[in-house]
Amino acid sequence: MLETLDPKTARIIPLTEATEPGFGVYVHWPFCAAKCPYCDFNSHVRHQQVDQARFVAAFKAEMAAARALSGPRTVTSIFLGGGTPSLMEPATVDAVLSQIGQLWHMPDGIEITMEANPSSVEATRFRGYRAAGVNRVSLGVQALNNRDLKWLGRLHDVEDALKAIRLAREIFPRMSFDLIYARPGQTVEAWADELRQAVDLAVDHLSLYQLTIEEGTPFFGLHKAGKITVPDDDMSAELYEATQAITAEIGMPAYEVSNHAAPGAESRHNLTYWRYGDYAGIGPGAHGRLTSGGEKFATATERHPETWLAKVETEGCGFVDCESLAREEQADELLLMGLRLREGVDLARWQALSGRDLDPAREDFLIEQGFIERLGNSRLRCTPKGMLVLDAVVADLAC
Amino acid sequence: MSTTTRTPLDHIRNFSIVAHIDHGKSTLADRLIQSTGGLAEREMSEQVLDSMDIERERGITIKAQTVRLHYKANNGEVYVLNLIDTPGHVDFAYEVSRSLSACEGSLLVVDASQGVEAQTLANVYQAIDNNHELVTVLNKIDLPAAEPDRIKQQIEEVIGIDASDAVLISAKTGLGIPDVLEAIVNHLPPPTSEGGETAPLKALLVDSWYDTYLGVMVLVRIIEGVLSKGQTIRMMGTDARYTVERVGVLTPKMVAMDSLGPGEIGFITASIKEVADTRVGDTITEDKKPTAHALPGFKPAQPVVFCGLFPVDAADFEDLRAAMGKLRLNDASFSFEMESSAALGFGFRCGFLGLLHLEIIQERLEREFDLDLIATAPSVVYRLTMTDGSERELHNPADMPDVVKISEIQEPWIKATILTPDDYLGGILKLCQDRRGIQTELTYVGKRAMLTYELPLNEVVFDFYDRLKSISKGYASFDYHLHGYREGNLVKMSIMVNGEPVDALSMLVHRSAAEKRGRDMCEKLKDLIPRHMFKIPIQAAIGGNVIARETISAMRKDVTAKCYGGDATRKRKLLDKQKEGKKRMRQFGKVDIPQEAFIAALKMGDE
Repeated sequence: MLETLDPKTARIIPLTEATEPGFGVYVHWPFCAAKCPYCDFNSHVRHQQVDQARFVAAFKAEMAAARALSGPRTVTSIFLGGGTPSLMEPATVDAVLSQIGQLWHMPDGIEITMEANPSSVEATRFRGYRAAGVNRVSLGVQALNNRDLKWLGRLHDVEDALKAIRLAREIFPRMSFDLIYARPGQTVEAWADELRQAVDLAVDHLSLYQLTIEEGTPFFGLHKAGKITVPDDDMSAELYEATQAITAEIGMPAYEVSNHAAPGAESRHNLTYWRYGDYAGIGPGAHGRLTSGGEKFATATERHPETWLAKVETEGCGFVDCESLAREEQADELLLMGLRLREGVDLARWQALSGRDLDPAREDFLIEQGFIERLGNSRLRCTPKGMLVLDAVVADLAC
Repeated sequence: MSTTTRTPLDHIRNFSIVAHIDHGKSTLADRLIQSTGGLAEREMSEQVLDSMDIERERGITIKAQTVRLHYKANNGEVYVLNLIDTPGHVDFAYEVSRSLSACEGSLLVVDASQGVEAQTLANVYQAIDNNHELVTVLNKIDLPAAEPDRIKQQIEEVIGIDASDAVLISAKTGLGIPDVLEAIVNHLPPPTSEGGETAPLKALLVDSWYDTYLGVMVLVRIIEGVLSKGQTIRMMGTDARYTVERVGVLTPKMVAMDSLGPGEIGFITASIKEVADTRVGDTITEDKKPTAHALPGFKPAQPVVFCGLFPVDAADFEDLRAAMGKLRLNDASFSFEMESSAALGFGFRCGFLGLLHLEIIQERLEREFDLDLIATAPSVVYRLTMTDGSERELHNPADMPDVVKISEIQEPWIKATILTPDDYLGGILKLCQDRRGIQTELTYVGKRAMLTYELPLNEVVFDFYDRLKSISKGYASFDYHLHGYREGNLVKMSIMVNGEPVDALSMLVHRSAAEKRGRDMCEKLKDLIPRHMFKIPIQAAIGGNVIARETISAMRKDVTAKCYGGDATRKRKLLDKQKEGKKRMRQFGKVDIPQEAFIAALKMGDE
């Protein structure tokens, strides 16, 4: 039975309410102190001071453009991502959040998450962010041993990470941190040890990603040249399964492929993505999904920070794409995002968008093989076995 | 141009060029046209006579082409030189023999560094069979590796003709071209005509092709009598009658004439609907005043190799049909009939003169008509004797009747000639042996070995040529002709993927080779079929007996670790690609086999 605990009231809330996608605002801070060799995100290193006031003005302008498209909405979450948003001055964060409150309805107490790197953490800045309204922090810890941290190109060591976690727990009501696993040569035992340590440090949320060699990153070239050997599929599967077992055991089961939380402690913002809700994507290289006049628009902005800045300053917004998605495209997105969730997808919603039913033979076969299951009449989700081959399952169902 | 004065016979020379691929036949033809003024400089494109893209790219001639040259010789007389450029490949051996029979002499072109190749031999023997006088031409003497003396000696040893007065040229630079023209006039004989102009018309149908504007054009060589505009002609092989609309010659531009007389070569048009209505080698005569005897040697084209061609996208089936119809307009030797395969859907079973012919047709369909095709493994024509005594031909392994009803299977054999530097001899002997070959001759010419083998054609259609090329690093040359039918211990091998038979992969193989072939196919498919969410057994079987087996293990992990708001578009586009990819897949039960896997499995090129 699918159910969710409301963290405040501890009452079991019904499915329909629990899976309401909501409306999120994402703001991208595109700068990092250093570029990590595995990262293909839109992040840039600048040696001169970044003029944050100019960025604030541009964020505000672009948010106004998004607001024009979205119309009045109630914001259910805000996410400050990057890059390294903890390089922002607290005043910058404060200005951004205030502007969101000006443009949309922003109830008190909504989830406001900020990503932070352990190396850029100072108690005073954390307090500043908290004062500006940030109530959840997501730390890029990535590993709990110094050798791997160094290999991953991180600027912090384990001690910094522990300090940052302590500080975050002290200052923010909610916190989570990320780890990257399936590193070269990593054994299931070594990872299990590290993960158990992490679990002890965590409050109620962890993001655990398998290392992916992304095109265009330094790791990609090294991997191609045979200088990096990542665990093969069988090993990756074993590591993944160990991860599922350990987190479930301590009460932080996966609610998404790589995200683990105690019931009720899920990231509200990320749920909006996976439940295929609307979100405004603000800042260089940000993507959004905004419904307007019965159409769903996919927006994307200029990736290069200074080019984006100039574009916003001259044109009022940095959109390079604002495409109305065909219903079939929306159906695909709904499926590929929604099946990532343990709660699965609402098939009635998928059918309404795609205008068809799932191929019964294909569905039966996948059920019989133990990859997917039905929940009630209208929900479909991956089994833990199916989650391991999710991309293949989605391709099978969507095609 | 004058169309009234008939060229006297002794001022005509009809000749063709015999050469191995790449020895410079087409370049020489271009030079001859250029130096006799057949085309202005600006009209010369490389290799004028090879008009199809494929011909130019591969450096081969597929259709016979002809050109009439006017040459003022050193003796002050003007001669008409008719060059027939013949297809140089064994698949078109019959066409070559007809083209050669339209001429009295040949230029034997040999690369001055490479020397005689298998194809040179096959063609030169054909020329000799047609009583040709030969002028030996050593080409590419401008290259540092050229050894004209050694090659002359080799020609004398291998072919047994006098090469002492061989003309040394470089078709590329133009060196020696005037000497070639003089040699044609002085050493090749003029045509003869027993009955002359007054005899009833007797003309050889050398070739035909489809011209978009003029319809079917027929290339003819007049033996006796006169062929004129307005005449009613009769094809003696098919008994069809036509009224001649146009008569002319190719310079290579079309030039209209009123008539063609004895010894001449030219074209006619006569409202003929399809190229298939004209048979190469047929005799053309006048309907009212027919000749008493048709020319000897006429035979209809017989397909030797068959394969199935299927559209990758089932929606292209009608386009494929139309495209094949268009190609057949110009190539009557290519045949097709509809076929349906459980694996590949609707397509056509096609017959070809040989492997090169198959490749060319497939390539033209893909290139000129923009079709994506799957070709099944080429198969030969088997002759089955049934237990009830009846006989039938089998073109498609999928149609193989129940074995208990068959008393005997016969397969076609070939006689193959292979020339190779002796460094590769060991590997080639092994290859021929592995393919059930029977050696009939092994001789040496300098450092080159000349091998003659009898081989079953079904072993040759199956990647033999590719293997030969790779063993000899491209230095061996190969030629063959059909050499009758023999009984063979042949079995039908089926391939099953996840328990489902894949009809397109079934084949007839010799019992002794079945196990290895089955193992190779299973191993290959194991690498070619992507992992699925479940494990997939692949089996090769003869009847109910599994002779080889492999298993593709189930995919363990296939999930994107990170996927947030910014990734939805990227992932959707990836999904679109996968959907596109699925269209190119064939489903066998629950297994999707990518088209690339089929192509690669059917090729089995590199073992």
